[in-house]
Amino acid sequence: MAPLLTVSDLRVGFNTEDGLLQAVDGVSFDLAPGEVLAIVGESGSGKSVTAQTLMGLTRGQNAQIEGTASYQGRNLVNVSEQEMRGLRGAEIAMIFQDPMTSLNPVYRVGAQIVEAIQAHEDVSKSEAEQRVVELLRSVGIPNPEERVRNYPHEFSGGMRQRAMIAMGLSLEPKVLIADEPTTALDVTIQAQIIRLLEQINRDRGLSVILITHDLGVVAEIADRVVVMYGGRIVEHGTLDEIFYDPQHPYTWGLLGSLTRLDQPRPKRLPQIRGLPPSLLSPPRGCHFKPRCPHAFSRCDQVPPLEARLPDAPSHLDRCWLSPDQKRALRLVEGRIGLEAPAA
Amino acid sequence: MLRFIVRRLAGMVLVLFACSVLVFVIFMVAPGGGSDAAARRIAGKNATPQLIANVRKDFGFDKSLPVQYTTMMKKVFTGSLVSYSSQLNVDDEIRKGIPATFSVIIGAAVLWLFFGIVFGYLSAVRAGGFTDRALTVIALVGISIPVFLLAAFLLYYLTFKLTWFPNGDYVPLTQDPISWAKHLILPWFALVVLYIGFYSRVLRSNMLDVMNEDYVRTARAKGLSEHQVRIKHVLRNALIPIVTIFGLDFGAVLGGGDLVIESIFNIHGVGYFAAQAISNQDLPPIMAVTLLGAFFIVFFNALVDIAYAYLDPRIRLGTDAAGAAAA
Amino acid sequence: MATEPYSEPVLQQHPGREPGDPGIPSAPEGVPIEGRSPWYMAYRRLRRNKTALAFLGLFILIVIFVIAAPLWATKVAHSGPDSTHTLQKLTIGGEKKDVVTPEGQPIAPVWFGAGGKFFLGADSRLGRDEMVRLMYGGRVSLFIGIVSGIITTVFGVILALIAAYYGGWVDSILSRIADVIWAFPVVLLGLAIGTALAISGLHLGPITIASSSVWIPILIIGGVYTPYMYRPIRGEVLALREKEFVEAAVAQGAGPGRIMFGEMLPNLWSIIIVFFTLNVANNMILESYLSFLGAGVQPPSSSWGTMASDGFNYVYSDPLLTLIPAVMILLTVLSLNVFGDGLRDALDPKAKLRLEARTGKVEPEAAVETEGV
Repeated sequence: MAPLLTVSDLRVGFNTEDGLLQAVDGVSFDLAPGEVLAIVGESGSGKSVTAQTLMGLTRGQNAQIEGTASYQGRNLVNVSEQEMRGLRGAEIAMIFQDPMTSLNPVYRVGAQIVEAIQAHEDVSKSEAEQRVVELLRSVGIPNPEERVRNYPHEFSGGMRQRAMIAMGLSLEPKVLIADEPTTALDVTIQAQIIRLLEQINRDRGLSVILITHDLGVVAEIADRVVVMYGGRIVEHGTLDEIFYDPQHPYTWGLLGSLTRLDQPRPKRLPQIRGLPPSLLSPPRGCHFKPRCPHAFSRCDQVPPLEARLPDAPSHLDRCWLSPDQKRALRLVEGRIGLEAPAA
Repeated sequence: MLRFIVRRLAGMVLVLFACSVLVFVIFMVAPGGGSDAAARRIAGKNATPQLIANVRKDFGFDKSLPVQYTTMMKKVFTGSLVSYSSQLNVDDEIRKGIPATFSVIIGAAVLWLFFGIVFGYLSAVRAGGFTDRALTVIALVGISIPVFLLAAFLLYYLTFKLTWFPNGDYVPLTQDPISWAKHLILPWFALVVLYIGFYSRVLRSNMLDVMNEDYVRTARAKGLSEHQVRIKHVLRNALIPIVTIFGLDFGAVLGGGDLVIESIFNIHGVGYFAAQAISNQDLPPIMAVTLLGAFFIVFFNALVDIAYAYLDPRIRLGTDAAGAAAA
Repeated sequence: MATEPYSEPVLQQHPGREPGDPGIPSAPEGVPIEGRSPWYMAYRRLRRNKTALAFLGLFILIVIFVIAAPLWATKVAHSGPDSTHTLQKLTIGGEKKDVVTPEGQPIAPVWFGAGGKFFLGADSRLGRDEMVRLMYGGRVSLFIGIVSGIITTVFGVILALIAAYYGGWVDSILSRIADVIWAFPVVLLGLAIGTALAISGLHLGPITIASSSVWIPILIIGGVYTPYMYRPIRGEVLALREKEFVEAAVAQGAGPGRIMFGEMLPNLWSIIIVFFTLNVANNMILESYLSFLGAGVQPPSSSWGTMASDGFNYVYSDPLLTLIPAVMILLTVLSLNVFGDGLRDALDPKAKLRLEARTGKVEPEAAVETEGV
């Protein structure tokens, strides 16, 4: 099937007082209709900036955006603001990390969703309100007839995120970008929201781009996974490829730091040492090099993102190590990890 | 909402009582010197011993402080307080002056609020532009200028030298609205200059803060036009703190700038009456004006709080979410 | 926000950037930051703020101007601030002129026409040398502004420390009193007390202050502004009380005095300095209003406010008699406000102390910030 969205060589930089900050450095991926694509990485990896750029939210005097993001024949990077506005919400909708602050505190929840509908469709207020009630019901908000008249602070965090999702669905978009939709929520609520996203994806055939740092969430819902580090994609593959045959040491580190209930608890929780690179003056070569215990001389050159396994042409990564080395190095105490935790 | 109003008004009564005690202390107790001195102060500069003795008895200065307090309050509120220097009934004079005073301060307040919002909005939208820099200068001059400088300047050049405006005085609105406005333009202008820059700056910085809020990003993400985002989401939320400042400044003008403006432009309102009493060192009018001024301000601030609650549902509904969101 | 199990660190936002940009990490990681004291950093920031420095220069010039009053009076003008010259004549460019005409019109500014005498002309009726009066009047205005600023600061800070440190009923009582005073507009309150005291002076136990003393306006102004200093500082102290170093001092058994003045006070200096500067500016404005209306400085003393007030009786014939002292007030207050603003930016670049210079009140969100911490 032809992809719905094709991002190629997207670069986003910001001019700051301290110089150019290259937040996204040559990112390419496709999104097929009806699939869930997860973009995984730490804060500062460029995953949120990538998502916001697709919505045209990073445009501004100090942003430099290059590359293309084609959606149904249009390049989202350079369509006019007018056209972008028509796409926002209607074709591509977005929900954000913190539902506590993502709704305007002074307007009723229902009115904020009505506003989204009326921004795109010429419908009467009462008609729009009727639709909002149905939407709220469909995302599992009890008593939607009353709840539409509530203010955001009368909703719990999980309810607000449901309301945000309802807003995202209100115009039946083709793509839903969920930027850390569960991060700010309690663990039990997180699971409910993920279930809801899954259900929406299944029932409505909506493509979802899920931005997260939580591999647990990814495992539950994603079809394909993009792992980002320091503004670049370091690994790209199907869910199984990433979880069972990870090629990049950073991915190993992420997987290693997952706590697993089905295995004996390690003495110390594994972690990735060091800090993410400064995007104002990133390290030369592989961005992960300073934190990688397996780095060697070749890592001073940037490894290209390419298929390195003969039998998996769609599994791409950016690491100079040979597949055999990788298979050997990624096993730490019998499971996948970056290195044994320091004693 | 109703519960909020009731609670707020009950709190107001307490503050009013405290204010009246403070006024009593300022005039009767604080200067010290005992009951003779107090009677002499009230009686005025050129009082005869006979008058002082009368005042002493009238105000109950030989009785206990609570009795003195109730006597004073009774006098103010039953309209039996007179100025011993001018023989005028204080309450009558205040009542006569209120239309002029309200014309001055309400007119000025509406103007500075309106233009403050307009200029603040423009400078936030074009941060760093010319409006922005001009407003910084105006704001600094506004908080630094003594109001009589501007008033004297306007009076001398625009009414005396150029005769563009009538030379002071007040014409009732009901008598001739156009003449009313013409007489008030300069007083309004002098007061507006004090506040307009400051209001624009506050609104501008509020708006720039709000622009970074997540819900503004949400508003953009749902496809609203930039104009809708700015008006409905940014400006609307940035206006909320302005309401509080407005409540305080409205009171400040009523009790400060207005006195100077009314005496400079010869507007016979409450402020003029008070200013005259001050220069004659005639205490009863000042006492009553201070008390009524404080009462009015407390009342007005209660109104502002109610308006605030109307604008910000988190406060109106008084849930702990408001606290959490504010923290 | 307290219930979040985990949240990614919020990226630092650059102030004044275009809306809609995603956050940008502030300082690059791993770049060593030179160890400098915060005072030195503030000094460096202030040195770069040319506008603030220019206005500090203006303020210093004004101070020199008023300090030089006796010098000008004896060496140039040969006249004291209160000496009248009603019947004198001046020779300017070979022409004889009345200092005050028989109609009562005083002489206009003659600059150096008479060797520095009557540089700014004479005042109405009495024929006093306006320049000499301006210099002496400035001394009174500045003296009142600064001394009442010290009073406000000392009382405001001490009361704030006590209220916030002890909390409970001490805090309740002090804060309620501050609330009531806050309910009054400062000028009205100052006028009320000023008039009450202008008649018979102050007699409180052993203290007796004559009604004409400049200490009466000083005490009034210092007093009415105290709550405006007390409130924000109390908020700061409340925040400090939660800090580890204070808890550490408590754990070591330090007494209240040591904690308040040894541990907390040093952390308040930067905001005290800023508040003091802006407070002196406010005080001078308040003094000018009180004096203009007759409830401030009483004769025989005179300040710029009383000079403007005296001059206003002749505003149509001699507008300069009002405008010159009023402009001096504007310049002095403006220099303090601009410098105070610069000082605040230098000491607190994140501008947490965005307070209104006019009344000293803190903007709502800043108040929430300090109180909520």
